[in-house]
Amino acid sequence: MATAGLHDSELGELQRRLIILRVGLLLVVALLGLRLWHLQIREGPYYRDLSENNRTRSVIMEPARGLIYDRNGVLLANNVPSFTLYVSLEDVKDRDLLIDQLSNLLGLDTALVRKKLTARGSKQLPRKVKDRLTLREATLVESHRLDLPGVMVQVESQRNYPGGVTASHLLGYVGEVSPEQLEKPEFADLHQGSIVGQYGVEKFFDRLVRGQAGQKSIEVDALGHEKRTVVVEQPHAGDNLYLTIDARLQKVAENLLGEESGAIVALDPRTGDVLAMASRPGFDPNILSRELTPKQWAEIVQNEGRPLNNRATQGQYPPGSVFKVMMAAAALQSNTVTPSTSIHCNGGYQFGRRLYHDWKAGGHGSVDLRRALVQSCDVYFYTVGQRMGIETMASFAHQFGLGEETGIELPSERIGIVPSSAWKQKAKNEAWLPGETISASIGQGYVNVTPLQMASLIGTVANDGVTFRPRLVQAVMDRTTGEVQHRPAVPKRTLNLRPEILPLIKEALAGVVKEGTATRAKSALVTIAGKTGTAQTTALRPGPEKDIPKKFRDHAWFVAFAPVEAPTIAVAVLGEHMGHGGSASAPLAKELIETYVKLNLPAPSGVKDDAVVRKGTPEDKE
Amino acid sequence: MMPLCGRERRRTRNEMIDRVINSRGFDNFDFRFIGLIFVILGVGVLSIYSVTHDQGVAFPFYAKQVVWIILGTVAFLVMWLSDYHRIARLAYPAYAIILILLAVVLFEGKSSRGAQRWIPMGPFAFQPSEFAKLVLILTLAHYYSKAPRVGWLQRVVLPGLLVLPGLLLILKQPDLGSGLSFLAVYAAMLLMVGMRSKALGVFLLFSLMLFPFAWEVMWGSLHDYQRQRIMAFVDPAYDPGGKGYHALQSRIAIGAGELTGKGLYGGTQSQLKFLPEGHTDFVFSVFAEEWGFLGVLALLILFVALIWLSLEIVARAKDQLGALLAVGIICMLCFCVVVNIGMTAGMFPIVGIPLPLMSYGGSATIMTMASLGLLLNVKRRRLSFF
Repeated sequence: MATAGLHDSELGELQRRLIILRVGLLLVVALLGLRLWHLQIREGPYYRDLSENNRTRSVIMEPARGLIYDRNGVLLANNVPSFTLYVSLEDVKDRDLLIDQLSNLLGLDTALVRKKLTARGSKQLPRKVKDRLTLREATLVESHRLDLPGVMVQVESQRNYPGGVTASHLLGYVGEVSPEQLEKPEFADLHQGSIVGQYGVEKFFDRLVRGQAGQKSIEVDALGHEKRTVVVEQPHAGDNLYLTIDARLQKVAENLLGEESGAIVALDPRTGDVLAMASRPGFDPNILSRELTPKQWAEIVQNEGRPLNNRATQGQYPPGSVFKVMMAAAALQSNTVTPSTSIHCNGGYQFGRRLYHDWKAGGHGSVDLRRALVQSCDVYFYTVGQRMGIETMASFAHQFGLGEETGIELPSERIGIVPSSAWKQKAKNEAWLPGETISASIGQGYVNVTPLQMASLIGTVANDGVTFRPRLVQAVMDRTTGEVQHRPAVPKRTLNLRPEILPLIKEALAGVVKEGTATRAKSALVTIAGKTGTAQTTALRPGPEKDIPKKFRDHAWFVAFAPVEAPTIAVAVLGEHMGHGGSASAPLAKELIETYVKLNLPAPSGVKDDAVVRKGTPEDKE
Repeated sequence: MMPLCGRERRRTRNEMIDRVINSRGFDNFDFRFIGLIFVILGVGVLSIYSVTHDQGVAFPFYAKQVVWIILGTVAFLVMWLSDYHRIARLAYPAYAIILILLAVVLFEGKSSRGAQRWIPMGPFAFQPSEFAKLVLILTLAHYYSKAPRVGWLQRVVLPGLLVLPGLLLILKQPDLGSGLSFLAVYAAMLLMVGMRSKALGVFLLFSLMLFPFAWEVMWGSLHDYQRQRIMAFVDPAYDPGGKGYHALQSRIAIGAGELTGKGLYGGTQSQLKFLPEGHTDFVFSVFAEEWGFLGVLALLILFVALIWLSLEIVARAKDQLGALLAVGIICMLCFCVVVNIGMTAGMFPIVGIPLPLMSYGGSATIMTMASLGLLLNVKRRRLSFF
């Protein structure tokens, strides 16, 4: 082959050039190695973080709220498992598509879902879209999981109130923390979708009951599907609350009011324990703890009966003749009258050009203090009030806890009004008129009180002048340590009265039931003392009761305590527009007291069978 | 004359060594060479297994890959044990057939992710562009060795015209990766054959080898949308999700491996499917995540060793055809390894070049093994007309 030699020399050339390849190869491989060193060693930790973030999602584990029991260990609020739908925004590729899919699948409102997904907040934390999914809905979502990247169904505990409407105002309800709340410091550790108490005990004791959220990190694949749980930071359940109320008594109190609007408060005067606190109309906290549509919400808020109003602590009414209890004590202490001072009542009291009527057209004749209370003589107290003056009256009213918070542990307690010239100047920028003193002396005019204040007032009388702050929660149990912390009864104030005054008044109040305006409260079971009140709601001259439209009728008051000798229960009943206290409210109080006595029959009064949490409680009384 | 003498002396020594080795037929060199191939193949299967072991089908990828390796071994043996001169004589007809197949792919081919690259063959699909690379090497080697090619026309333009139809057909699919390999083979062979203007050749090769780094600088200065447009123009199939998702996930996978790696199955990027194509183009990222920088270094050393042995074959080649074949195959391998690792490491746009011997793929595996068989053949065969 002639060309072979030539080829051969070219082959030599070629082989000589191999050095280029060798050097080039080493150079390039060195560069690759450098790059990989940079990625894996220098920036390795950074990329490892990225890969961790890639695969792990934080999922909040909502804590179980603390349980709420009554004084005997009856469950009032617990948690039931329920399905909650979350969306992890990081894994959502096409948000609009997902919104459509979810709305179609679960019949949700598109705008609502959109709002939830677009609300401000951390992108890392999953958004709660719907709670209380039915089993069907939950399985539906699970079966479409592959088409719904980023969607998770979590089992969570949901607040449940086994008693339904029972004690609704007292227990309150829970709901998602609102954006406004989230900006406040006390909600700083919460996040969108957290459940907080929004009313009642649930709200007031939210910090204790709420618990602490945990977090679990779940590993997801590229489509956002959960593969396994990586780290679990367990949530801490909230503390359990043991209330002072007796669920049985509570139920009776609510049934007594029935369809009427009103409030019943029963206290243990020796401790301030709230035994029952009913307010009608009520609501079902189970419904309110759910997510309501704006329409449902509007229905509740605009309801004429104002079911969300806790009439026991937020309803303000003129006390009417119940005020006379305070007036009697004030009259004696201020030496305005003595027990034997007699005043003639002819059915009216002339002041200036105006005649102030007694409720009894013909008058009560000559009455002393005891008879004035028993018969609820208005003229007697007009006279006393006039002699005493509004300032003295106001200072005694304050001593009895009127015009101030009772200190009950419920949100938004109202304080009522104790009028005085200073108050009027401040509130209305007007001078006090002498005639207003006369109205005030029978608990009319500007005087306003809450049923709870009235219960506290009569409880103070029953307890020989010592007021206890109304107590709702007697013990708190830390669910992680199991430690029970008892909350002692707190004496608030002792009336500054001469010792002979309260026995006198108590005896007179016993007379009210025995022979006076509240004979319908007389019980064969227990001795009851009380005072009726009929609070006028309008200046209209009352015609025959049945002809007046309901909303103009008087409020019926009755306050009572029993047994007279050693009181263990103090009750205030207010029936809105139910007419006379003696006929409408007194029987309710009697029923309630009798129920209470029957419930506590096995043990003599003073010792209650509530060993569940009371063990080791420092003796409350004295 | 001294350098020439030195060269002569070296060649004589090599011949003596070869004679000794060849008398045994199957020598130590062959052992090392084949051993390296199968170690790399094994690492590849392991990585594919790691990503696809829970695939849940009767015949998962790693099992298929073993089948491809077996077929590849057959191809390797055939290419090794035949006479490469005889194989080279088939180069032109083979190139013609490949051109026809590449044309067929355009019309009859199977589409996947926006590109038509496959010809369905029963349950499998055959990718002509992979084989086109080897056939191109054969063709060019055959062309240059058949007669002394002198002058610009014979050395550069004519072979260029030979390359062009194949290149265009491949780019039309589109298959940017194979197209670039085509160019790389052409440029490398041009350089090794030698040109009047050596500077041009040196420039060509280095520009090719440094392309990743130059690209990095150029690419880095572009806006995202510009890059996307360019990439969408050049290769619409590479990143259907857009926004550099694949590139990022691959970089995360490699970086997260750190020094020692996350261990087999420990690579969350690949196990949880954040990393796309973990068994094919991004098999290196899977490996890097699981075995870390140490594993990566070891793998690089394996590849360098294999190529180093291959360069030895060129150095000992007895004729120009053999040397050119070997050089072409080496350049193709180098190019694929460098560009694949470069692209997974984010030095280079993602152009869809599989990692030789490691990425899953029937056509690529068989073709690579056939090429290596041919390479070893060059060492075995000697000039027959002495």
